[in-house]
Amino acid sequence: MRKLEENIFKILMIIASALVVGSFFLIVFTIVKKGLPAMNLDMITKTPERGFYIGKEGGILNVIIGSLYLALGSSLLALLVSLPIVIYINLYLKTGSWLGSVTRLSYDVLFGIPSIVYGAFGFTIMIYFGLKASLLGGIIAVTLLVIPIMIRTMDEVMRTVPKELLDASYTLGATRLETVKILLRQSAVGILTAILLSFGRAIGDAASVMFTAGFSDNITTSLTDPAPTLPLAIFFQLSSPIEEVQARAYASALVLTIIVLLISISARILTKRFSKNKI
Amino acid sequence: MTDNPHISVQNLNLYYGANHALKNISINIPDKKVTSFIGPSGCGKTTLLKTFNRLHDSLTDVRVEGKVLVDGENIYDKGIEVTHIRKKMGLLSQRPFPLPMSIFDNIAYGPRIHGTRNKKQLQVIVEQQLRDVALWDEVKDRLYSPAVRLSIGQQQRLCLARGLAVSPEIILGDEPTSALDPKSTQKIEELFLQLKEKYTIILVTHILRQARRMSDFIVFVFNGEIIEFGPTEELLLNPKEELTKDYVKGFLS
Repeated sequence: MRKLEENIFKILMIIASALVVGSFFLIVFTIVKKGLPAMNLDMITKTPERGFYIGKEGGILNVIIGSLYLALGSSLLALLVSLPIVIYINLYLKTGSWLGSVTRLSYDVLFGIPSIVYGAFGFTIMIYFGLKASLLGGIIAVTLLVIPIMIRTMDEVMRTVPKELLDASYTLGATRLETVKILLRQSAVGILTAILLSFGRAIGDAASVMFTAGFSDNITTSLTDPAPTLPLAIFFQLSSPIEEVQARAYASALVLTIIVLLISISARILTKRFSKNKI
Repeated sequence: MTDNPHISVQNLNLYYGANHALKNISINIPDKKVTSFIGPSGCGKTTLLKTFNRLHDSLTDVRVEGKVLVDGENIYDKGIEVTHIRKKMGLLSQRPFPLPMSIFDNIAYGPRIHGTRNKKQLQVIVEQQLRDVALWDEVKDRLYSPAVRLSIGQQQRLCLARGLAVSPEIILGDEPTSALDPKSTQKIEELFLQLKEKYTIILVTHILRQARRMSDFIVFVFNGEIIEFGPTEELLLNPKEELTKDYVKGFLS
């Protein structure tokens, strides 16, 4: 009887795992199958030419570049804000301090807010400062979106750093600021994961950039230019009744998926390298 | 006993929130001797040890009253520089915690913080400290590999060497052998016996045999109070207090 129970649950677990692996391959398969016909060198090396949106010449280079700028900019900006926060709550605040609890509660709440709200909030900020839809506007909105993700990921790793390890540094006469180095080294993997996770989220989010980053057929060259992004490109092209344009939507999705995949793979590789010194 | 010991505790009280964890502790720790704190789990012996280098600082709800004088300075005075106090003491914890860096950098960490940047000088220090803990021959070919790859016993000796590299006067050991196998334990014990020529050593242990092997003096702590303090053999074989008698009885039989 207990053996049967064991087997039933084992089978349920296998089914659940198969579902995840299966949907991953199904998604990749669909995108590749539908997108590959529209995929060619022009697609990733050219900007849209006349008639691109009715199926004629051109590519989505502008969109790829816009997305990369946006994701890079917002990940870096978010890191600059998040790192001091997690260092402060994990190293400077005493264990169990109320300020730490309040901060953690705040980022948990922010974590749950949908990205369209960040888009709307970013939009309000832009109007206040008289900004047009631009790379800068997009970066601001997306930074707001990824800060909670970044803080949460880093905080979860830093909380597992043994107190005794930090004490070991203090015991040698190190100040808190000097001990930051130990904290960062020990949680290097977590910081890296946080950056890549945020980058993936930033490059893939449509709702937050819809009002803030704008769209254009040109390559973004300054912070005040509109920044076309992959998710919006997919959205626009997929809404087209023309078949060639729809196929291009899948090709764009393929590009996005490849970028995200590359990030995940490099995260895995870097994680191994960064954890060699970890206790 | 000298008149001005490295560590002198006067009317020390420590509270964890409402819990009165250390009660009216006063003691002069003998210089250049091994002093062991013994007592049942949770009696406050580790808490007492940690008050000596203010490791309670990072906890909320901890209140300390009274004085701990280290070389005549009350380390709980406002405006005291805590890093300067901590530099005087090496600490070995129950489990080794090597810093997340190479063997070399682990030892060089302390000296670098305190201003030694010269590569040659650091190399001399690292070799010297590793020799002092009898680890040099085992690691000399892999000084730049991660310290975590060492065995637990080697890690504990590395941690000892790391502490000695900032030239402390005092070594604090918080059950430093409790995670080690008998052979590594023996090595650490031998090292401590050599080191007491140069350092004042305070050891927290729950192994009475270890306390007897290692120490010149024993402090029996019970329920946050010092019950008895005296030379090792005298305290173990001829305790004055009933509580001490009860506690060491198991050891004698």
